[in-house]
Amino acid sequence: MTAVVYVPRDSSAVSLGVDAVTEAIRSETASRKLDVTIVRNGSRGMFSHEPMVEVAAASGRIAYGPVAARDVASLFDSNFLDGREHRLRLGVAGEIPWLKSQTRLTFARAGVTDPVSLDDFIAYGGYRGLRRAIELSADAVIAEVTKSGLRGRGGAGFPTGVKWKTALDAPAAPKYVVCNADEGDSGAFSDRMIMEGDPFVLIEGMTIAALAVGATQGYIYLRSEYPHARRALSEAIATACSNGYLGANILDSGKSFELEIRLGAGAYVCGEETAMLESIEGRRGMVRFKPPFPALEGLFGKPTVINNVVSFATVPIIIERGAEVFRSWGVGNSRGTMPFQLSGNAKRPGLIEAPMGVRLREIVHDYGGGTASGSPVRAVQVGGPLGAFFSESMMDVELDFESVAARGGVLGHGGIVVFDETVDMARMARYAMEFCAIESCGKCTPCRIGSIRGAEVIDDIINRRRPRENLEVLRDLCDTMKFGSLCALGGLAPLPVLSALKYFPGDFGLTPRDVDFIGADLTISTSGAASTHAIAGR
Amino acid sequence: MDASKSGNGGAGWDARMIDEIVAGLADKPGALMPVLQAVNERVGFIPPDAVPAIARALNLSRAEVHGVISFYRDFRTERPGRKIIRVCRAESCQAMGAVALAGHIQSRLGVGFGQTSADGDFTLEPVYCLGNCACSPAIVVGDDLYGRVTPARFDEIFSTVTSSRSSR
Repeated sequence: MTAVVYVPRDSSAVSLGVDAVTEAIRSETASRKLDVTIVRNGSRGMFSHEPMVEVAAASGRIAYGPVAARDVASLFDSNFLDGREHRLRLGVAGEIPWLKSQTRLTFARAGVTDPVSLDDFIAYGGYRGLRRAIELSADAVIAEVTKSGLRGRGGAGFPTGVKWKTALDAPAAPKYVVCNADEGDSGAFSDRMIMEGDPFVLIEGMTIAALAVGATQGYIYLRSEYPHARRALSEAIATACSNGYLGANILDSGKSFELEIRLGAGAYVCGEETAMLESIEGRRGMVRFKPPFPALEGLFGKPTVINNVVSFATVPIIIERGAEVFRSWGVGNSRGTMPFQLSGNAKRPGLIEAPMGVRLREIVHDYGGGTASGSPVRAVQVGGPLGAFFSESMMDVELDFESVAARGGVLGHGGIVVFDETVDMARMARYAMEFCAIESCGKCTPCRIGSIRGAEVIDDIINRRRPRENLEVLRDLCDTMKFGSLCALGGLAPLPVLSALKYFPGDFGLTPRDVDFIGADLTISTSGAASTHAIAGR
Repeated sequence: MDASKSGNGGAGWDARMIDEIVAGLADKPGALMPVLQAVNERVGFIPPDAVPAIARALNLSRAEVHGVISFYRDFRTERPGRKIIRVCRAESCQAMGAVALAGHIQSRLGVGFGQTSADGDFTLEPVYCLGNCACSPAIVVGDDLYGRVTPARFDEIFSTVTSSRSSR
């Protein structure tokens, strides 16, 4: 009998040496004359235990990890092919509490299947959504997406169904579907995990969107930093084409949809949707004025549906199981689940798909186990490089669009980066401005100049050069960037700065009173303290 | 901005190669990015001398092509070292010691970000997130991604790379 061993091909597992593990398994198999099939699956996202190897045993898929190449011989000695005991044995993979307690909808197949096997995809429920979408009218598909309450998972949180309806009703042709796979936020890797671990679900979601709005051409704008995702996606697209799931007359529906990958070239701002369109069209990734909105005048001036990877990848299960099932998770106007991505100084980092509204504490402490270093959590950045820093005392915040916004932050892409006691928050605030300066497209002045000035002013405050006056300058600068920038890069860069000032004033040599012009919701009161209070000790 | 400054003499491309690349991609809508990416990939950089041909073939001005090249971090105008080492400088990696790691790598290679070592072996570049945040800090050496990189682990990786020298 052939034993089946699952070894992830996920790039994070690769970065931890999984290819050497695979080689070691091959050579042990050969020298012991065993009949073993190695399946390169995606990652389940429990990176504390990657490289995680699984075997299909009678009792289920038994996981072992983290496995190094030097552990492989002893795994064979312990008969791990039968799921036997070994110091690295973690039990049945799906029963590991860290994984079992999650609500995996979008990521149901990630780490379970062979990502580039169409048979696997279909055996685990793939393409049921597309088949149902073909039976329904375009209006019915879009109504289902709207009713589900799905909002964009890429950061802005715009209702997906509304966007699709606008594109459907636009009279112009041709129409396009574009997937924003320029996942540039530090701390974000859910898009990457879908593309590497379950690429067909993204293709299925985009195809449903194309059929619904009447688009015939799709593009995936993929960042160049993701070569593994590019390989998995390319293979999946080719397979989908040769099996009638892409191309002309998809599943005899009479409808056609072509899909092409376009690569980014290392510009963070191209994750902004209009800069992305400029880039696909072959220009500098400069942000466009809105309106017109891309749903009406997008790629090459034509109606274009733009969604993030996770948004598209969530559509199939909504169409398959119905809007009500998806809606049954979540809180308020944040429906469904969100793949939270825990990273930085976390003991158990990884992909945690949980219902919207889960508390920050549950992610950082229950799943994450606190810091990797073992020292207390000092700060947590939620929502990427343009997200707010929260302090340890704010762990009760619920992670949904409204609750995070009420604390002045953004849920963004669901990335959560943990910092321990050694972090210097003044340096992090400076970095936020520096990053904005590096990545600014340069079109609007508040972002282009404001970010450079912001970094200089923070330097001055840190170095105690006229800190009181400079704090006032920084306050006004943040206000100008927030309200005067064309897009979220300049508009949100003040968030990490203001939150760092608000919750960690000591790191800047300031007191809480110095920064009380920053409200609890991180808004700036212009009649506030910086101009009226003398700064303590100076 | 001059290819002759590189350690490899700027060889490895000719006009015919550029024409071939452009011809294969020119029909795509928005062909400039795929063209520049293909040149950058095949030659290792985008030779300034190739810009007029690219512009002509795509019916663009040289300024437009130059504007696109200068906008994107990936596009180089000089031949890089034989191996490119990219070090993530983003938040998650910072939380796990990326600043100290970057310092270690710089002193080990004897170059700063954006520079190529004197022997032409290594170019050091910053990168802002590799999506390997759960295994921070992350670096890329050539085509290979590494996670949880400590200075000691970098030294191991570096000695493996330098002992099994293979050109890019």
